[in-house]
Amino acid sequence: MTVADVVASVCLVAGSFLCLTAGLGLVRFPDVLNRMHAATKPQVLGVLLVMTGAVIRLVGQPIVWMLVLVAVFQLLTAPVSAHLVSRVAYRRRHVRRDLLLVDELGVPAPSGSTAAARADEPAEGPERAGG
Amino acid sequence: MTVVAIVCFALLGAGAVLILARLALGPSLLDRVVSTDALLVTIACGIAVYCAVYRDISLEPVLLVVALLAFVGSVSVARYIGGMLVKAEETPEERS
Repeated sequence: MTVADVVASVCLVAGSFLCLTAGLGLVRFPDVLNRMHAATKPQVLGVLLVMTGAVIRLVGQPIVWMLVLVAVFQLLTAPVSAHLVSRVAYRRRHVRRDLLLVDELGVPAPSGSTAAARADEPAEGPERAGG
Repeated sequence: MTVVAIVCFALLGAGAVLILARLALGPSLLDRVVSTDALLVTIACGIAVYCAVYRDISLEPVLLVVALLAFVGSVSVARYIGGMLVKAEETPEERS
């Protein structure tokens, strides 16, 4: 086992461990935004680590560029899909408003209504148009 | 390298089982979208670990396809739910 193999092994195990943390976070976290926070760890850092390990192991083979392409593609597409999912989650009120520290998109709540009762209920109606 | 393969596949398998639990339990559709995305990333990591450990490049195109599929799937389902939202704005009585 050479030094390159050791480095590649460390990268592979670290990336796999991030996938495990994604599973733990998806099971334990309370709402969609928290679960997205957990699930996007392997989407960027985990994939980058695993691809780095695979490139170190497979260097010299003809289609190693495909691994680099996968890493670049993950970096480009993960923010787009996360943005779309989180925007829809906010509008459909799948967000635990009582857990938010800062709610920059929120309108001021009318007096008497508690924000804590909004947790994960279906959308009563559109909050605002546009977009 | 066999030990590395066993450790990596154990971690990935445990993560995939937990993600599948959330996929089955998930209270809303968006939870399932997020967990499907994470599951596809886990599958891609598993394929890459296989390619790296056994120095086998025959599965690398599958890796590219899985990465593309994760993006297209989550974006299309998110757009679909957003489209339901716009439709609910137009006709509130048909909202389901």
